[in-house]
Amino acid sequence: MTDHDAEDHVEDLPLDALPLDAWHRAKGARMVPFAGYEMPIQYTGPFGGIVAEHNWTRESAGLFDVSHMGQLLLSGPGLDAAVEAVLPIDLATLKLGQQRYSLLLDEDGGVLDDLMVSRWPDALYLVVNGATKWDDIGTLREALPDDITLNHMDDYALLALQGPKAAEALTRHVRGVEALTFMKFGRFTLAGHDVTIARAGYTGEDGFEISLPAHAAAEIADLLCAEPEVKPIGLGARDSLRLEAGLPLYGHDMSPETSPIEAGLIFGINKRRRRPVEEGGGGFPGAERIIREINQGTARKWVGLKLDGRLPAREGAEVFAGAEKIGIVTSGGFSPTLGAPIAMAYVASQHAPHGTALDVEVRGKRLAATVTPTPFVPHNYFRGS
Amino acid sequence: MPRYFTDEHEWIDVDGDVATVGITDYAQGQLGDIVFVELPAVGTAIEAGKDAAVVESVKAASDVYAPITGEVTEVNPALEEDPALVNSAPESDGWFFRMTMADSSQLEGLMDDAAYKDFVASL
Repeated sequence: MTDHDAEDHVEDLPLDALPLDAWHRAKGARMVPFAGYEMPIQYTGPFGGIVAEHNWTRESAGLFDVSHMGQLLLSGPGLDAAVEAVLPIDLATLKLGQQRYSLLLDEDGGVLDDLMVSRWPDALYLVVNGATKWDDIGTLREALPDDITLNHMDDYALLALQGPKAAEALTRHVRGVEALTFMKFGRFTLAGHDVTIARAGYTGEDGFEISLPAHAAAEIADLLCAEPEVKPIGLGARDSLRLEAGLPLYGHDMSPETSPIEAGLIFGINKRRRRPVEEGGGGFPGAERIIREINQGTARKWVGLKLDGRLPAREGAEVFAGAEKIGIVTSGGFSPTLGAPIAMAYVASQHAPHGTALDVEVRGKRLAATVTPTPFVPHNYFRGS
Repeated sequence: MPRYFTDEHEWIDVDGDVATVGITDYAQGQLGDIVFVELPAVGTAIEAGKDAAVVESVKAASDVYAPITGEVTEVNPALEEDPALVNSAPESDGWFFRMTMADSSQLEGLMDDAAYKDFVASL
């Protein structure tokens, strides 16, 4: 018995422990190497297992430890202009209390990382991927002027509370948090600790991401998991939930080898930045290619696929239109919610329209697949009542 | 009916010259929720230590190796409809396939129940 799929190892580096390492183990977590840390892939016991954790999050609320992600704080004179030279974001439209998705691009328009940017008073707060955070810090330090300060908040933990009952559970401990809408954040007090809470996440469900001092992480995790709606959820379910939600995963669905336009991430290039240079657009790494691709299209496109049968297609499976190989799967698995295999793939653009019938090859077998709109499972974000 | 175990977490029941093969409870626990089992076709010649089946969990695909050399005579039809049988009854109703034994001396290298329990406890 041998796994084909390795986890995201950062090879040859000693694994670090996250603030909640002992907490996870006490909860029966199975720990695996991920992004340079030991992290819980799933929990054991009567409520554990990827499918049970997945379904619990869709029906109630799950607590995810995402403290491996990088929390960065940028500040200094001329901050907005300096950051706009690095990210394709329009900071004039990012108001205090708002969070927005953005992209770190290389000079050729390849994706170095995807990230969240939040407007704090006199600062911008970034959340970047765990596996890329050290490279990101290097890229940002090099690209930003010397008088911009980059503070890596490595004494902070990050918890995500996700699911239709997340607000109900969190409101018992945080007064006023229910007033936040999707992609808004605020400063709150939770168990006597100052925390930052954003209404956001990576599951497609309503939910929150809580940035808190690392020393308070276990206390707050215990407090939230004591609520009847809340159970701890591992990385395995995080991956199946984000797949159903049609949310791409860095290093799999996008990389330096893909442009954000191919990846369907045009919303990560804010409108003002998409204009031609002579009309005030561009001015970020890779702008020339990105703007050209917005206007002329790309040879391949990222799509969602639904597969017939029960056999999942994994990352690396080849996609065919008849005898011709026209693409490759970048993420795939079995959707617990749909009871069927789903995948994300890059395919030649003429085969990208919804409803196109294709085949995916798994161990020499051709599986029928259909190009399907994403999300595969509808989003359930709270945008206001 | 003696049962043998491999260090790759397959079990094998021997009844005369027919062997029944599955994966252990420990193995299913490691794999998690199983959504698909790809079984060899009846008549396939399989060789000890080589791929014989593939188990797909939500998370990943995993190979199952043939514990001994022989020919597949029967596969478990229930796994097609209900692959989760491998999670709920790995060492009984969740069996994978039956096979002939080309060389019964291959059993000598396998573990018995007590030895396998010790092996799992050491992991």
